[in-house]
Amino acid sequence: MLEFKQRHLLGIQNLDVSDIMTILDTAESLAEISTREVKKVPTLRGKTVVNLFFEPSTRTRSSFELAAKRLSADIINFSQQGSSVVKGETLKDTVLNLEAMNPDALIIRHSCSGAPYFVSTFCKSHVINAGDGSHEHPTQALLDAFTIRQQKKSFKNLRVVIVGDILHSRVARSNIFLLQKVGAQVTLVGPPPLLPAEFNNFGAQISYDLDRALEGADVIMMLRIQKERQEANFFPSIREYRNLYCLTQKRYSLANKDAIIMHPGPINRGVEISSEMADSVKSVILKQVENGISIRMAILYLLLGGKERETAD
Amino acid sequence: MDEKIKARVMDAGKIKRSLDRMTTEILERNRNLKNLVIVGIRTRGIYLGKRISQQIKELEKIDIPVGVLDITLYRDDFAELETQHMVQKTEIDFPISKKDVLLVDDVLFTGRTIRAAMDSLFDLGRPQSIQLLVLIDRGHRELPIRADYTGKVLPTSRREIVQVKLMEIDETDEVLITEPAKLE
Repeated sequence: MLEFKQRHLLGIQNLDVSDIMTILDTAESLAEISTREVKKVPTLRGKTVVNLFFEPSTRTRSSFELAAKRLSADIINFSQQGSSVVKGETLKDTVLNLEAMNPDALIIRHSCSGAPYFVSTFCKSHVINAGDGSHEHPTQALLDAFTIRQQKKSFKNLRVVIVGDILHSRVARSNIFLLQKVGAQVTLVGPPPLLPAEFNNFGAQISYDLDRALEGADVIMMLRIQKERQEANFFPSIREYRNLYCLTQKRYSLANKDAIIMHPGPINRGVEISSEMADSVKSVILKQVENGISIRMAILYLLLGGKERETAD
Repeated sequence: MDEKIKARVMDAGKIKRSLDRMTTEILERNRNLKNLVIVGIRTRGIYLGKRISQQIKELEKIDIPVGVLDITLYRDDFAELETQHMVQKTEIDFPISKKDVLLVDDVLFTGRTIRAAMDSLFDLGRPQSIQLLVLIDRGHRELPIRADYTGKVLPTSRREIVQVKLMEIDETDEVLITEPAKLE
């Protein structure tokens, strides 16, 4: 029997280590389905899942869509463009209208931190956070952890370096929470305006010098630099950013032998990561995408299976 | 939950003799052993399957591959379960299309597990045939399913629980009939 008592997946912060391990183990069992000739099992037949994306996304949305389809759930996609949201409908009204169609799960991406939590307070379906503002992106952190475990076997005392725009990154936050829970050591690296000292409070180390931070690293996680951040003066120029924080072959050689290179995508080649490194044998970037489907299948399986649980949260 | 042991219906010797007899029946029926593959249903079907493969190897000097099937994703009571079952890996690393598949489980009861296992097999390929081997047939079928090879037919009441214990995971070879303690 299985001890997974969550009703929603709102963030990594709400999960304990055994929840995380249950998700990773389930994903590992489900991975085999994607290698079959018939990539489908009947488990969630008759369940309806709604992709509710208020922010653009291709990877996460299609990954959830494939995950649902491989478990035989029906899925509908709803995006801000072409919906009533542009006519001024509120988030709550949009959700209530969709709920009237009796879905079993809502997968929500929204630019406001806390939007999935807000929705979970009034809706009957299971809510899955697919990225909210600069708060959390739990499925990304879970698929990253899954990829790390695959490559490194254990999290204990693993040195993980996360580099880039930490301030705005929900991926970084979810990863910090998760990696610390499972016993890895996290070092955050970035230009000071994008890495406020307050991140100390999360228990991670902070560094502004990538070369120094890379010494002894087992996992190097690069984050995307959004060009609009530069226009908002978070750093002087893309060129300067590249000089200081781009992962190059020379920098990579400072890390531990067999250190893996990760990136949540989409990558800016030649800005945060050189093409050479993005395509190197140590890069697991495409493995992350592949694992994303298994993780999302695991989440859907764990939340939608079994009798409706009475106890909320 | 407390439970009361009502009877010990098989010991190591009986289990071994049953498996020996069923192995002979398998050899009798399957002329073309090269086409035979074994698929054990988690958890105890795996070990029974491996023992049979070992027996065939000793008798006929031929390796019969043994795969592992987890039927959790194919259960028909998925929506009604109070607590979900942990999904575990299905590990069948050989093609089953056009093969004679020997499906192995410890106890045959309602037949629903076997239905799920067959659905699962068909998603992996199109076997030439499927045969079923069980150590215990305890009756109470709810589906039109029967075993091709049966270790022991064991009449039971629905309340009773049949427990097959195998050395590989339970540190003993035996079959018990137990009953949950009555609620006071």
